[in-house]
Amino acid sequence: MEMRPAQKPEARKASGILRCEEIVVDFDGFKALQGMNFTLRQGELRFLIGPNGAGKTTLLDVICGKVKPASGRVLFRGEIDLTKRREHQIARLGIGRKFQAPSIFPSLTVREHLEIAMRQDRGVFATLRAKMTPADEERIAEQLRMIGLEAKAGRKAGSLSHGEKQWLEIGMMLMQEPEVLLLDEPAAGMTDRETEKTGLLLREIARRRSVVVVEHDMEFVRNFASSVTVMHEGRLLAEGSVDEVQRDERVMEVYLGRRRDADAGRSTA
Amino acid sequence: MSVFSLAPRRVWLLAGYAAAASALLGAPLYLNDFRLNLLAKFLALAIVALGLDLLWGYTGVLSLGHGVFFGLGAYAMAMHLKLVASGGKLPDFMSWSGLTKLPWFWKPFGSPAFAMLAGLLLPMLLALLLGWFTFQSRIKGVYFTILTQALVIITTTLFVGQQAYTGGTNGITGYTTLFGLRLSDPRVKVWLYLVTAVALLAAFALCRYLAGSRFGRVLRAIRDGENRARFIGYDPSRYQVTAFCISAGLAGLAGMLFVLHVGIISPSMMGIVPSIEMVLWVAIGGRGTLVGAVLGAILMNGAKSLLSESYPELWTLLIGLLFVAVVIFMPRGLAGLVDLPAALRRRRERTDAGGGSGGVGGFGNAAGAEAGGAEGVRHSPV
Ligand SMILES: Nc1ncnc2c1ncn2[C@@H]1O[C@H](COP(=O)(O)OP(=O)(O)OP(=O)(O)O)[C@@H](O)[C@H]1O
Ligand SMILES: [Mg+2]
Repeated sequence: MEMRPAQKPEARKASGILRCEEIVVDFDGFKALQGMNFTLRQGELRFLIGPNGAGKTTLLDVICGKVKPASGRVLFRGEIDLTKRREHQIARLGIGRKFQAPSIFPSLTVREHLEIAMRQDRGVFATLRAKMTPADEERIAEQLRMIGLEAKAGRKAGSLSHGEKQWLEIGMMLMQEPEVLLLDEPAAGMTDRETEKTGLLLREIARRRSVVVVEHDMEFVRNFASSVTVMHEGRLLAEGSVDEVQRDERVMEVYLGRRRDADAGRSTA
Repeated sequence: MSVFSLAPRRVWLLAGYAAAASALLGAPLYLNDFRLNLLAKFLALAIVALGLDLLWGYTGVLSLGHGVFFGLGAYAMAMHLKLVASGGKLPDFMSWSGLTKLPWFWKPFGSPAFAMLAGLLLPMLLALLLGWFTFQSRIKGVYFTILTQALVIITTTLFVGQQAYTGGTNGITGYTTLFGLRLSDPRVKVWLYLVTAVALLAAFALCRYLAGSRFGRVLRAIRDGENRARFIGYDPSRYQVTAFCISAGLAGLAGMLFVLHVGIISPSMMGIVPSIEMVLWVAIGGRGTLVGAVLGAILMNGAKSLLSESYPELWTLLIGLLFVAVVIFMPRGLAGLVDLPAALRRRRERTDAGGGSGGVGGFGNAAGAEAGGAEGVRHSPV
């Protein structure tokens, strides 16, 4: 079911594993994206920043099929137009998504989450007959270790803490073995310690995959020597390293109010 | 926590199943004919409850139209029995309505194999058609439920209206034999009871397998967060249609058995009220637990036949009150009561854990976990 046609790595690199071209999203007259362009290279870790309402979440929604754009294309591996596919088809192609708010299945246990998320044939007849192989068990155990939830494998996910839910989601995404991961504010609402742990997870994840992370916290981003894309009002504003982006006049202008808010927030915390 | 505490639980569970199965299969030894026949009827209805539970309790799809699937199964069996009873002549209600020739679609029901197959497959086919178009276009929740009610209205209206072909309001009755066995013979009744008990056990085993398989876990995932399931690559509509079909097939099977015990099927037995009652059995027994669904069906129907004999008008009132009480005080039904000690223990555990992690940082984790646990998926932007 999950076909991934072999393709020469060079061919992917040239066009980027993911390329969004002139995406326009229209929410009943309000244009959340107004001609957004974005290219992700194979194996790259890219941070996506921008003030509230810039359209970051909407861009991820378009890529994973949740929102259909009014115009524009999203090319995966340079050939597949994702805007023509349905959500589950996009997921099966190898694009994983983590949402801004933790969204897990409250009545399933942690282990069950990883089991159904595991890369596999997702048809009805396949899951009816599916058996846990020792290899599957091992794979799940390894993932449980990685996200630090071994001790809670049998717990219903609804009873996990906020941070644990976020890690569970990251774990689920990794079980899918996607080529591209889209993470929306994975460290939002976490304690400092949890954020640190999330940073480590992210590093691990980015080693083997192409990743897009939406993140507000520039200090967090600075820990990763990677490129940053800045969005503003539904468009691409700037792109480059953390330092380049932070020196950029337009970015400073857009962020000034926000930065001050964030500083104020930090001093009272 | 893991293996050692699970093992005895498993043993108890198996012992419980074995005891229940022997009690069911041994019932002819300790129940009189009248009681046995009643129990047989309840067991047939419990099969409907199992299917409904799979659909509602596990998949989160509420059908208020299962009377139709039940009715289709029952009518298929009734048509066969009627043809046999008429002994080659035109069934009585047809001649009263002025028909002179057996309608073409009645003819194959002369074969018991065809009738039984039809009783199983027709409901499934109807569910497939309805489910395909609704789930595919993401019609769900209340809208789906309303559609199933519409299905009931259409079907019963059709059955009442086409008197010459369906027996109209009176339905189809007056059977004599099945496979040459006299249905009124007490020994045959015992056999029919046993067949029903075995069918219920088989249906239970099937549903348990489904619920315990990865398929079942995907169903629960879809119930908890349909969109979330989509983004890990599952197509919820396929799973919902499958659950709907299986559920309809079980209702059809139940209908066939029901007719054998009761000796009549009429549109009023597949209408709105019975369809809602079926859901109540599951609600009261405890949705999401198969044993709860079976017990709910048997207990409710037992109570109904006890009460409605002496105070028929009281029953409807009582069932309404009972439903309100269950929804408000026991959202998990009777099965929830069994789990109460475990639930209390879990709550204690959770408050302990919550207190611990809440101390780590200033984000109020404990409160967040509670709110997220209950509402996480529903309120997420997915
Ligand atoms: N379904 C929707 N209908 C109407 N407007 C929407 C919808 N979803 C998002 N928007 C609007 O589109 C704009 C972009 O939203 P989006 O969620 O993409 O922003 P964001 O960059 O992720 O912001 P944040 O940092 O707050 O998460 C916002 O103004 C938002 O109010
Ligand atoms: Mg956002």
